[in-house]
Amino acid sequence: MIAIIDYGAGNTKSLQFALERLGVKSILTSDPEQIKSAEKVIFPGQGAAGSAMKKLQHYGLDKVIRNLTQPVLGICLGMQLLCEHSEEGNIQGLGIVQGTVRRFSDKVKVPQMGWNSIHKLKGSLFEGISEASYMYLVHSYYVPEIKETVATADYNGTYSVALQKDNFYGVQFHPEKSSLKGQLLLNNFLNISL
Amino acid sequence: MLTKRIIPCLDIKDGRTVKGVNFVDLRDAGDPVELATQYALEQADELVFLDISATEQKRKTLADLVLRVAAAIDIPFTVGGGISSVEDVAVLLKNGADKVSINSAAVKNPNLINELAEQFGSQCIVVAIDAKQINGQWKVHLVGGKVPTDIDLFEWAKEVEIRGAGEILFTSMDHDGTKQGFANKALARLNTEINLPIIASGGAGNISHFVDTFQQGKADAALAASVFHFGEIAIPELKKELNQQQIAVRIDTI
Repeated sequence: MIAIIDYGAGNTKSLQFALERLGVKSILTSDPEQIKSAEKVIFPGQGAAGSAMKKLQHYGLDKVIRNLTQPVLGICLGMQLLCEHSEEGNIQGLGIVQGTVRRFSDKVKVPQMGWNSIHKLKGSLFEGISEASYMYLVHSYYVPEIKETVATADYNGTYSVALQKDNFYGVQFHPEKSSLKGQLLLNNFLNISL
Repeated sequence: MLTKRIIPCLDIKDGRTVKGVNFVDLRDAGDPVELATQYALEQADELVFLDISATEQKRKTLADLVLRVAAAIDIPFTVGGGISSVEDVAVLLKNGADKVSINSAAVKNPNLINELAEQFGSQCIVVAIDAKQINGQWKVHLVGGKVPTDIDLFEWAKEVEIRGAGEILFTSMDHDGTKQGFANKALARLNTEINLPIIASGGAGNISHFVDTFQQGKADAALAASVFHFGEIAIPELKKELNQQQIAVRIDTI
């Protein structure tokens, strides 16, 4: 069973539908036991980092997520919260990877909204996905390139659009909204065996 | 590289597409889900659904439609038309809309933009602005462009940005329906004064109008309805031409 973490932050319906189109059943849950026992966990997120962290702490899910050992996929804000710190509201994230989430410079339109090409693709998430594929992104804050970076995009400089550390994966783009390439990425995640 | 977006707009009444849609390969041209699916396959980058029905059941019909669209397509979509409260937005987002667009309600109650941005995040709040020129001044219009106000387009756009909108959908009533091209001068000025993505709307008639609105109008996205619905412009051809003109667009090779 795939657990989608439900903490009131994110477009989870589209994610559920995307998994359904892949023939996979998922449950939307905030129950720590269900999350811990799931085969794979998806950690979505949208909106402000501060209120999302507060909601996670409210459900006691911050500790639960840190201790998960099965494959976990953070999406959008879910990826950013894997980091140690965010400039957005100056908050502490889950600290699974080192690094600080920063705001895009006002030299570019903020939020970045639309389809951007992704590069320097590494690892099993990107199996069969070619360099310079397009993914759909909507975000005002970004993760710089760090040692856990497994894909990048350019928007006023190069930054991370995917991270991996141990069993934790994160993507800044929305695979559930990124047409066939996004579907391929979700399918790759579902096929990961540790 | 971030690409320019092509956005077909579907007018919806009582859960069905309105205005003639003359689209090849559709079994039921009135079914928004089937039309949306077709556009997604043609690599439209986003869709906008604009609900123009005025019935009592409007909210429920629209919420049901959003759910069916979200189940069927894997590209982002925005829903607008008569949205006036936090509750309206909550239902549409919960059912799978990626963004909502507010228009007259934001002018009447600007604080709605702040409330929505705070509750749901700026990224899903599009403010649609209809405007036309009166004595050389761009003035905001309400109720689908029918009711003029004294509000200056550029002042309003700035206020909308400060209040937390994530994107502006600007329709020029002077250009809408003319098929003579987009309002590129006004768009270019918006682009210099506002630091949000801007969707150009109103005036698309041929492929070169799209080239112009990206090059001269500096638009981030271009929206059109009839040229797509009647098959006058096919999205794959449009994108091929934009690409040849050195305008970055998403062309997926599968």
